[in-house]
Amino acid sequence: MNNGIPLQYFLILASIMFFVGIYGFLTRRNLIGILMSVELILNSVNINFLAFNRYLYPDRLEGLFFSLFIIAVAAAEAAVAIAIIINIYRRFSTVNVEHVNEMRF
Amino acid sequence: MSLQIFSLMRHELLLIAVLLLILVAEIFWDPARKKNIRIFAVILFGIITLLGFLPVPEGSLFGEMYIVTPVRLMMKNILNIGVLIVLLQSITWLGKEKNSDKISEYFILLLSTLTGMSYMISSGHFLMLYLGLELATIPLAALAAFDRYSNNSAEAGIKLILSSALSSGILLYGLSMIYGTVGNLYFTEVAGLFTGSNLALLGFIFFFTGMAFKISIVPFHLWTADVYEGAPVNVTSYLSVISKGAALFIFIIVLFSVFPAISVVWQKMIYVLSILTMTIGNLFAIRQQNLKRFLAFSSISQAGYILLGVIGGNELGMASVVYYLLVYIFSNLGAFGVAIAISNASGKENIDDYNGLYKTNPGLSLIMMLALFSLAGIPPVAGFFGKFFLFTAAAEQGFFILVLIAILNTIISLYYYLLVIKAMFINKSENPIPPLKSDFPTRLALTLCVGGIVIVGFASIIFEYIRNMSFGV
Repeated sequence: MNNGIPLQYFLILASIMFFVGIYGFLTRRNLIGILMSVELILNSVNINFLAFNRYLYPDRLEGLFFSLFIIAVAAAEAAVAIAIIINIYRRFSTVNVEHVNEMRF
Repeated sequence: MSLQIFSLMRHELLLIAVLLLILVAEIFWDPARKKNIRIFAVILFGIITLLGFLPVPEGSLFGEMYIVTPVRLMMKNILNIGVLIVLLQSITWLGKEKNSDKISEYFILLLSTLTGMSYMISSGHFLMLYLGLELATIPLAALAAFDRYSNNSAEAGIKLILSSALSSGILLYGLSMIYGTVGNLYFTEVAGLFTGSNLALLGFIFFFTGMAFKISIVPFHLWTADVYEGAPVNVTSYLSVISKGAALFIFIIVLFSVFPAISVVWQKMIYVLSILTMTIGNLFAIRQQNLKRFLAFSSISQAGYILLGVIGGNELGMASVVYYLLVYIFSNLGAFGVAIAISNASGKENIDDYNGLYKTNPGLSLIMMLALFSLAGIPPVAGFFGKFFLFTAAAEQGFFILVLIAILNTIISLYYYLLVIKAMFINKSENPIPPLKSDFPTRLALTLCVGGIVIVGFASIIFEYIRNMSFGV
């Protein structure tokens, strides 16, 4: 019933997405790009939860519900982050993180 | 059954009721007298704080997703007391012209983060923990960016939301691995079925990292100083005390009740991180000139001391952490209270500006001195006893070298706390801060802090009370 795709493939895909997200978070210079990297991380978590749920524990839907909640919370998080980014654009006239660093050690 | 729900979830339900009342008040209140919403909200919150102390039966709701035990209730009460002080401190600031259009937003955002923290502390399932954590951080970013026309505030907001989003992503990735090995995420079942296989350990380490971001333990602390400096000073005091305290509470609950099976692993991790946190927090605090940034690094190193109580992994460790956080709330809010009063009146936030403060404002200087002595751990005040119990908890488990390093760090920290005190009492200044006349809420908040610092230290009954409750998280 699982169409012959082994669980490992999903886990490898998820971990690649996770680390691409981390890499993007650290190297992107555009705030929107950083936000997209965070979404990539959260989606890799969703893939993990769904794959584990479908393959290992198909009789309970805990992983499915967890990923539904993650999607909802990620939307809220993105909304607040974009609101702050708009404010930053008004203040600094840019969304490049190189220019948004007035505070230093 | 429904009545039982009301009495068990009383903290959260009352908070939500107050939130809605403030929302309704914002809509229907006469615009000319909007400022009175501040008083209304603080009085309502004071009533909640008192109601929180009513005795409540133990129990759990929603199939153990929501757990109430005496120690968790006490954690919520401690946070409530801290928030009451924060709200009292912010009344003057909210009364300023630039904030007059967003008074109720401040209360709504702040109380919704507190609701999230209460749910988080009561969680019995990782989903509940995650939802509480997010409810506690997303509005906090909006609060950090509260000063709409300040560049630093916007920068603080974006730094907070992005680093907290990254940390919850890491935390969730760890949870997904734990889910893969155990099959569900109830605290009790994870504790029973946790095998310590490689996948589970990896998941635990990701989870630990995500929590360490929230508590700002050292390799994950880089967002802290900038956020604390950029945010409005009232929000900084909330972030450094209440938000950090709540994260530490749930961190210790999860470590003690869900992962006791691999305590050897997390004791090693905490051992290293605690040394790093104390030392680096202290070394950076020495060179700070801005008082908010200084208190940010001081709070990082305080988290390092608190980890000493966590490492014990027993009842005494739990009691000492709860007790220390109670002390820490009073002493840090005392220091911030003085900083807020001075920043409101003169806009000055640097340590140099405090030169000669004792000549003009003896009362404020004495409160600041008491609070800093308590943070440093000088004997007659509460901070000393707090540190003493933390160090005892670690020494009881045989971590003597760690305790020695912690004591050395306490001595280093004494140096920079005394620098501030020296600036106030000894240094001369051409134009010191003029004498301030603080209003009633500020005075009340400072009195509460001073009372807390003195009474919690001298009344040994408080520690005994916490200790008696601390078994069975």
